[in-house]
Amino acid sequence: MALIKCPGYPEDTLRSLAERLPCRETQLATLLALMGQPDQYSYPSVFIYGHRATGKSHVVLSIMKDLELPHASVDCVECVSSGLLFHQVLSAFFGPDAAALLPRCPSLSDFVRLYKQMSSNSPATQTRYIILDRAERMRDMDFSLLPALLRLQELVNDNVTVILLSEIVWEKFRPNTGCFEPLLFHFPDYSKAELVQILSWDHHPSYTPELYASYINILLGVFFSVCRDLRELRHLAVLNFSKFCEPLEKGEAKESDIHKLWKNIEPHLQRAMQTVYLREVSSVQWEQQFFFSPLPVVLSAHAHIELPYYSKFLLIAAYLASFNPARTDRRFFLKSHGKIRKTNFLKKHEKTSNHLLGPKPFPLDRLMAIFYSVVDSRVAPTASIFSQISSLVTLQLLSQVGHDDQLDSPKYKCSVSLDFILAISRCVCVCVRLYRYQYYKFLNDTQPYI
Amino acid sequence: MNTEVIQDQLNKKVLDSLAEFIKKPGLACSSDVWRQRGSEIPTAALMLGVNVPDHAMTFRSLCNLLQDSVTPFVVSVHAKECAAVKLLIQKVLEQLMGRGVSVDEEQEDDTALLQKTQCTISALCQWYKTVTKERRRQENKCTQVSPKRKENLAKNDLPVVVIFKDFEAFNSQVLQDFILICSRYTQELPFVFIFGIATSPSAIQHRLPHSVSSLLCIEVFHSLSCTQHLASVFDKLILNSQFPFKLSSRVIQVLVGIFLYHDFSVQNFVKGLQFSMLEHFNSQPLSVLCCQKHEALLSAKILSKQNVERIRHLPSFMRYVETQEPQEQVRLLTNDEHVKEVCQKLLKNLHTYHKNYYPILQCLHSLTSSLPKFPLGKHIRELHVSCIEKNLWETEEYDSALQLLRILAKDELVAALRSCAEILKSANTKRMQNVLQQLEDFLGRLEALQGVSSEDSSGNGVVSAKMEYQRTDLFQLQKTLLEKESRRTKRMNPFEVLRSQVIDFIDSLVREYLTPAEFQPLNEVCYYSSSGVLRQRLNVTPRTSIQAALTHPFYYLKNESLKTNTGTISSAAPDLCIVYKLHLECGRLINLYDWLEAYVTVMSAAEDQDTNSEECGKFDSLKHARFIQAVSEMEFLGFVKSTKQKTDHVARLTWGGC
Repeated sequence: MALIKCPGYPEDTLRSLAERLPCRETQLATLLALMGQPDQYSYPSVFIYGHRATGKSHVVLSIMKDLELPHASVDCVECVSSGLLFHQVLSAFFGPDAAALLPRCPSLSDFVRLYKQMSSNSPATQTRYIILDRAERMRDMDFSLLPALLRLQELVNDNVTVILLSEIVWEKFRPNTGCFEPLLFHFPDYSKAELVQILSWDHHPSYTPELYASYINILLGVFFSVCRDLRELRHLAVLNFSKFCEPLEKGEAKESDIHKLWKNIEPHLQRAMQTVYLREVSSVQWEQQFFFSPLPVVLSAHAHIELPYYSKFLLIAAYLASFNPARTDRRFFLKSHGKIRKTNFLKKHEKTSNHLLGPKPFPLDRLMAIFYSVVDSRVAPTASIFSQISSLVTLQLLSQVGHDDQLDSPKYKCSVSLDFILAISRCVCVCVRLYRYQYYKFLNDTQPYI
Repeated sequence: MNTEVIQDQLNKKVLDSLAEFIKKPGLACSSDVWRQRGSEIPTAALMLGVNVPDHAMTFRSLCNLLQDSVTPFVVSVHAKECAAVKLLIQKVLEQLMGRGVSVDEEQEDDTALLQKTQCTISALCQWYKTVTKERRRQENKCTQVSPKRKENLAKNDLPVVVIFKDFEAFNSQVLQDFILICSRYTQELPFVFIFGIATSPSAIQHRLPHSVSSLLCIEVFHSLSCTQHLASVFDKLILNSQFPFKLSSRVIQVLVGIFLYHDFSVQNFVKGLQFSMLEHFNSQPLSVLCCQKHEALLSAKILSKQNVERIRHLPSFMRYVETQEPQEQVRLLTNDEHVKEVCQKLLKNLHTYHKNYYPILQCLHSLTSSLPKFPLGKHIRELHVSCIEKNLWETEEYDSALQLLRILAKDELVAALRSCAEILKSANTKRMQNVLQQLEDFLGRLEALQGVSSEDSSGNGVVSAKMEYQRTDLFQLQKTLLEKESRRTKRMNPFEVLRSQVIDFIDSLVREYLTPAEFQPLNEVCYYSSSGVLRQRLNVTPRTSIQAALTHPFYYLKNESLKTNTGTISSAAPDLCIVYKLHLECGRLINLYDWLEAYVTVMSAAEDQDTNSEECGKFDSLKHARFIQAVSEMEFLGFVKSTKQKTDHVARLTWGGC
């Protein structure tokens, strides 16, 4: 491991820091070089970007904490207003009393003024750092905030550096011309070997590190092709390790029988593959499943929703209204629709599938008309029918288009899939297929080939 | 009727497991350091089903349970109040800190200061620290806790539970931000989330991206489905001889229909039940007799003359009178005292009828509920409805059920009879004990057969397997049944003989005890039967009632002068009605001037015929004003709206009419 040297900082702290940040030595060295000695002025603003779980915040915050530098770490998600950001920065640097001096709705100039006032009382002996995590959220805040923060050093005349952390590249940030360009710094993704090295770090205390490393190798062999997120991999490693150790605990295998262990764990990993990223089973439930049932019950299989009888019909009607062109309604829902010419009925230019275009909005009247023709019995237009529509909207099975307060002729869209509708229609014995324009078109298109 | 208690009992299981879940994380973290689930927020996804009106009650009891047994820090938020992250945080802080203040008055100034400064989770964090410190100090002060427990307390702090009542309705961006913020503070603030989900667990994945959902440690809890819920409420409230108030079959059908077709809401079902009870006691004067047995007998003794007369007019009583001897008939129609005595006797009969009815009903249900295709219904409520509606034994379904019972295998039959015996044990009338005795006698004889007929049972096994195979075709089934029947007459083994005896016995029980309630004299006292009223009240049709009000104003106003025959427009009707009727004759676009002309014509037709044309002009401004007002009322009701397609026209929003 290359020894990182940086004048002005205690050497043993640096060494322990480097040990705690595996595979990030180069980034660490560059950052330290950028920061320079504690009392030197640093570059006004640094922009660090890289994918999720590449150790951006971890590296920066570990440097700050271990070297005991004055810093203010702010997560921009938390800052629903810029006032909160100012508040956090000031209280981190000058204590809560200083932050309390901020007026109720502080503007940028209030912040700069107060900062200047405070820093003149206690000038910086070391560089102060403001770390803004998830900086992409800054774009939604006041438009002048980001340019001002980039030049904060100039504005307050103090030794302060702003470090922005983000998953997005700087090009997506750049506010307008004339803005100060921060120093860009990229954290690359971990390679497979690096992932193995990092994951092997949290080995189980009761097993040897070698065993854990071989386990990690097996795990990455299965998952590396689909998932490179360190956090997710770590989660998976923890989940499946107990299963991996099962033969060891039962005494069926020794630690050296890697092949046997691999045979044992492989089907489980394959199964876990189906639920990567889903996190639909908590780790506790995951473990329990192994004890109770050989096949874990995948929760998305429970997607079936029980609905009241008429709600089902309303949903079917909404689906048909969303995906059938309105001009075909006469053909499908009228008993004596008369002869409609085929060429007229099936327009050639509607080449693309309606499903690719997504659901179309429809007025309430049309929904009710289709509903009445789909339901075979006579239904009175009671209040509960209409309240069912609004409860379908709250369940997000339908979505209302346009304003919420639109009283006359509200429009809706159906937001469920065909599979869902087919499942529902099977329950109520309605053949949706008969009413689907898409189906007719399909038949028509395929006829020449049959 | 204590329905809340029943509902609580039903929810108890899922709520208890939830409470366990919330208690757990504190322990899990300390024991499983290796796992490093530090930043994961334990989350319970509570599947509640689509019966949204019932959720409020579940959440209320959940809140109470958690506050009593787990932690005082419970916050429940509603999507409507939290349109932005700021509001959501504010809501959480308000509920938590407000509660803290009310508990502890010393800290009032402290929290006030916090509220003045900032509304953030870090402020909450500070507050939480001070509160827990205070709490721990108090606990140490008050009771000398054992060192072990103290350690325990120090280790797992009380969790802060945030309940999202309607997860689907939340703005997903708000939720994501809130979860991200909270996950930053999990080390200091032990958050636990509960998502109330109405649809399916995949709703979480639809709303939260992976980066957020990976911060949660989700566990799914299923609450009882609403149909099961309804079944148990039905069992406890309706299929119970304890409550004297009963519903007729039509009323049950209306209530269950509303439940199944419209809302799935048990609470609304219970409300409907309460409403029908009110309506019954309000509309039926003889409902004074609808109470517990001894009270009913007492009030029967002191019936007023008017009420005696009412009894004589009850259809069921009249039917009863007709069956009596002529002499008795005369006495019943003339002697009030005699009527009162007979009435007491009949009330007693009614009560014993109920006491015997329910156990037998349950027995029959337990016998038939396992039959293929459920000839008598899957749920006991269906059986109940058909029993009180008509003579069950005259229906085809009953015949087919009995035929299926006659070919039941031995072990199935024994098991079914055992469960019947269990049901009868809880019934405590003399007759039921008698029935139980007979049943046990049969059981004993069946068991005695055990040794004798080993080859028979195998034969029966074949039959039942055949049955399974032909389950799909009723016609085939009937044919094989008939075949079987004819074969049996040839050669019956002892088991088959006994089986047919058992079935005959059950048949006789049904014929004796499951007679329709309508044939019981004085059933009108206990049974509420006006389903039409109930339907009108519970399943309202606002549109038809508005239309009825506008076309037939007499229907609501009860003013004699408004009575008209259909088709004509009376000028005595309110302006709105006249304008409405006139507009029905128009197309999609209505010319306002024509409309006004028609209106004036109708109005002046009513006035004295001898008004000359000059006076017409004088009245016009008044009529004009009335017309304009009526039209704006129409607009308010949503029948017309102004349009820009044509000047001086309005558009009709309804279709139909002439």
